[in-house]
Amino acid sequence: MLSTTSIADMFPALHQEIDGKKLVYLDSAATTQKPQCVIDAIINYYEHDNANIHRGVHTLSQRATLEYENARKSISDLLGANRPEEVVFVRGATEAINLVTQAFARPRLVPGDEILISEMEHHSNIVPWQIVCEQTGASLKVAKVNDDGSLDLDSFKSLLNEDTVLVSIAHVSNAIGTINPVQELCALAKEVGATTVVDGAQASGHLRVDLAEINCDFYAISGHKMFGPTGIGCLIGKFDVLKEMEPWQGGGDMILSVSFEETTWNEVPYKFEAGTPNIAGAIGLGEAVSFLHKIGFSEIVSHEQNLLEYGRAVLSEIEGVKLIGAAKQNAGVISFTVDGVHPHDVGTILDHAGVAIRTGNHCAEPLMKRFGLNATCRASLSVYNTTEDIDQLGIAVKDAIRILG
Amino acid sequence: MTDLRELYLEMVTDHAKHPRNRGKAKPCDFIGTGNNPLCGDKIVVTASVEGDIIKDVKFDGEGCAISTASADLMAEVLVGKTVAEAKNLFKGFHNLVAGAGDKDSLPNKLAVFSGVREFPMRVKCATLAWHTIISALDGGEEATTE
Repeated sequence: MLSTTSIADMFPALHQEIDGKKLVYLDSAATTQKPQCVIDAIINYYEHDNANIHRGVHTLSQRATLEYENARKSISDLLGANRPEEVVFVRGATEAINLVTQAFARPRLVPGDEILISEMEHHSNIVPWQIVCEQTGASLKVAKVNDDGSLDLDSFKSLLNEDTVLVSIAHVSNAIGTINPVQELCALAKEVGATTVVDGAQASGHLRVDLAEINCDFYAISGHKMFGPTGIGCLIGKFDVLKEMEPWQGGGDMILSVSFEETTWNEVPYKFEAGTPNIAGAIGLGEAVSFLHKIGFSEIVSHEQNLLEYGRAVLSEIEGVKLIGAAKQNAGVISFTVDGVHPHDVGTILDHAGVAIRTGNHCAEPLMKRFGLNATCRASLSVYNTTEDIDQLGIAVKDAIRILG
Repeated sequence: MTDLRELYLEMVTDHAKHPRNRGKAKPCDFIGTGNNPLCGDKIVVTASVEGDIIKDVKFDGEGCAISTASADLMAEVLVGKTVAEAKNLFKGFHNLVAGAGDKDSLPNKLAVFSGVREFPMRVKCATLAWHTIISALDGGEEATTE
């Protein structure tokens, strides 16, 4: 087991000052900082192995291909996919969901079909569905959220029916951190024969994800939220489902043969990876997976849960601070408001104290509306954070109240 | 080095906490709605105009300290001005908060926002009410800071 200080030491960007104060990075739900090993893996690739993949017989191309495919295998192993071919590289969770809506849902949906999501979804798990509903005449149903930020299971169950063909739910809410019982939700969805999609963007770097248990048809992740670089993510789909799907983008690498008479598609997953992919990104993500293994999920979960509890206690003690969402099953995300102080002002004053948080609607406008808010302040935790970070957050929030409250 | 005290000057925090010009201008000759999609803030600005002279300006809606104080002080500054003068003031104000504009050429109630230029993410907050009223006076559509 590694101590938190030595974990923080692995992240070069954490070691800087903002306006003369030590940086306290509490915006990991937006993007995590990158450990040196991930940065080094990307540099090493460009310095030694840079080549295009799947095409060259030369050594560099072979190396690049091997590293790229090893990354696919790492992700497959991490998430418990059945085989590496179930992992499709995309730009991020947003693109993964769009791939599902356009390549899976669009050709299959007919008017009258229903898609079930929840009130706590990120815009990336709302808007692609709205687009495909517009294109096909299907309709979007929305399960309610309870006052404590947990999913209203009765609402979810009441909306499931024989017309429900797709269910798409966040594993962890980006705005308030609720952990949804996705295994149970997917099982319920299966009872009505629906295809299941889980948005795992906020889960894969924080929880042990086991796709064999969850048993969803599709799972979406973003590399940059799990210590990897931006611009790389994965759609993990059941092999048989992916096999039945048509490609969604055409180009190089996604074909077996091309002629003006007939073009045939490459195998899964390559038929979904048109064009030269983000090779360095995939290799960086593969290294991020190794980093996660090195720390270990038991350490990550216990550390983040301890910090969550500590953070909730510190903030609750401050008069005028209200926590938004406090579900029993919650990841390391603390959303809060401060009486009389707008989140934007809190954000500016905290930044001045070196504390980086996110303020706004967190790309979850419907959830904000459900709580009667325009915006919240969000402190989101990672394994590199410490109780001192939380203390600095508490002091800065008190400053904000002193200045503007 | 940015200084919070230059952003949250006393006049700014005072008008943020106790705005004097909340409500609706009567008669309401011009109405504009402004959105800051970044933070979800929405503001409604109304104005009474006689001939070419702005007689009253009021605002409503939720916003941060900077956008609220800016709307409130804008309302005070614009009363008695012509539409052309209002546009000129906005030009000067915009230059002040977003560029290298000079605060000496502006009334004190606008000059207090000079600290905003050190906080680029907050320029939209300071200018939301202005975009909204200028757009309304021009008979334009809903203003947005995007």
